Amino acid sequence: MTARDAVPRLRAGVRRAYDRTRDSDVVLFPEGVLVLNETAAAVLARCDGSSTIAEITEGLAEEFDGVRPEDVAELVADLARRRVVRVDG
Amino acid sequence: MAESTEPPFGLLAELTHRCPLHCAYCSNPLELVRRNEELSTDTWRRVFDEARELGVLQVHLSGGEPLARPDLPRLVEHASGLGMYVNLVTSGLALTEEVATDLVARGLDHVQLSVQDADRANADLLAGTRAHDRKLVAAEVVRRSGLPLTVNVVLHKANLDHVGGIIELAEQLGADRLELANTQYYGWALRNRAALLPTRAQLASAAPIVRAAQQRLADRMEIVYVVADYHEAHPKPCMHGWGSRQLTVAPDGAVLPCPAASVIDGLPIENVQHRPLAEIWYDSASFNAYRDTDWMREPCRSCARRELDFGGCRCQAFQLTGDAAATDPVCSLSPDHGLVRTILARDADQPDRPALVPRSVAR
Ligand SMILES: C[S@@+](CC[C@H](N)C(=O)[O-])C[C@H]1O[C@@H](n2cnc3c(N)ncnc32)[C@H](O)[C@@H]1O
Ligand code: SF4
Ligand code: SF4
Repeated sequence: MTARDAVPRLRAGVRRAYDRTRDSDVVLFPEGVLVLNETAAAVLARCDGSSTIAEITEGLAEEFDGVRPEDVAELVADLARRRVVRVDG
Repeated sequence: MAESTEPPFGLLAELTHRCPLHCAYCSNPLELVRRNEELSTDTWRRVFDEARELGVLQVHLSGGEPLARPDLPRLVEHASGLGMYVNLVTSGLALTEEVATDLVARGLDHVQLSVQDADRANADLLAGTRAHDRKLVAAEVVRRSGLPLTVNVVLHKANLDHVGGIIELAEQLGADRLELANTQYYGWALRNRAALLPTRAQLASAAPIVRAAQQRLADRMEIVYVVADYHEAHPKPCMHGWGSRQLTVAPDGAVLPCPAASVIDGLPIENVQHRPLAEIWYDSASFNAYRDTDWMREPCRSCARRELDFGGCRCQAFQLTGDAAATDPVCSLSPDHGLVRTILARDADQPDRPALVPRSVAR
């Protein structure tokens, strides 16, 4: 599990984009494409290499109700497994 | 068109079949497209427009050698301008600093560089030309350009014992990913199968070396190991299902559900010069022939794995049984599995093997 003070960032060669064919946010990387749901897109948009999981959660709370740091951490851990983000700290 | 058909994510754009190398393991068809049959720059641009419109988000510029097309920079720029992730799949020979800098400026996202072996002499023998040192230079050029680098090494009898050294080389080259891909038997590779098939002992020795390296390098270099499917109990999930995620456009504009699909006799292959890509994807007989699971017969039809491996590869089924709708004979449940066992017993497990025949320059 990713800790609250961990700092995720997009890996080299990973790009976020919006796909109008699917009307979805997507993330593009060497091995493929991931179609993001709204929450995942919002989290990924905040993986800027300086915000911690706790700070990302705070930011999200302004837009979404009931976001918990453990949910963000789990999502980030999943994105790390898929090699979309790397986590420092 | 099936209700469930989703748009594709990827386009494999085979810009040309021309290539300065002669890899004995090359999966490209025996019958290559001639230079004068290649699509023009404008047609490729239109193909990319149609692909993006259809939902394609990632384009793999491959071949043959994509750097052999003088319009490559313009094609990179066009694909990138459409918002697609642009991957260059190359043997690297012509990838100089100047070329790389230009491609990066035009929006290239990633380079996949193929290497034949860690040992220079053996690598050059496999490539059929002095290529190895130039590939090392190309890797350095990519690293300096700041682009992520995947090194791809096709594995077979003649290099599988060097897998530890190959991993070390990829580390030295600063690769972000290493694909260790056991040979798929299509095209020239099928022709050289008796020479290329690894032995069971070779595969058994390589596996723990790869696993240990995967753990050791976990965060620095991702290692993707593509298993030797003749030796497996179940087939590979070819293309994640026919007409499901990706399409291939060959140098002459032929649109293929799988890069090897031109081997299937009677498959009514469409051409992007005569029909819009979206129609081909959704409505063509070729793309609908083996889509989803309705086409399956037993044992696949009622098998719990049918949505996992999609019955394996249609091209392989055709090549080995003459029937593209058969269960891939690699599967131990296939009534034709004896064919694969016979090939392994006859070729892989024999000490005397034929010599590799380098890919010839024919056409
Ligand atoms: C056909 S090549 C074309 C691009 C370029 N000429 C090259 O070799 O890098 C595309 C990719 O397929 C790999 N490849 C070629 N033959 C193969 C085979 N029989 N099985 C698996 N991969 C293969 C190559 O190593 C390369 O990464
Ligand atoms: S695999 Fe080798 S022969 Fe085939 S296209 Fe690539 S470099 Fe050329
Ligand atoms: S029977 Fe068909 S679906 Fe089942 S494992 Fe074999 S190939 Fe896959």
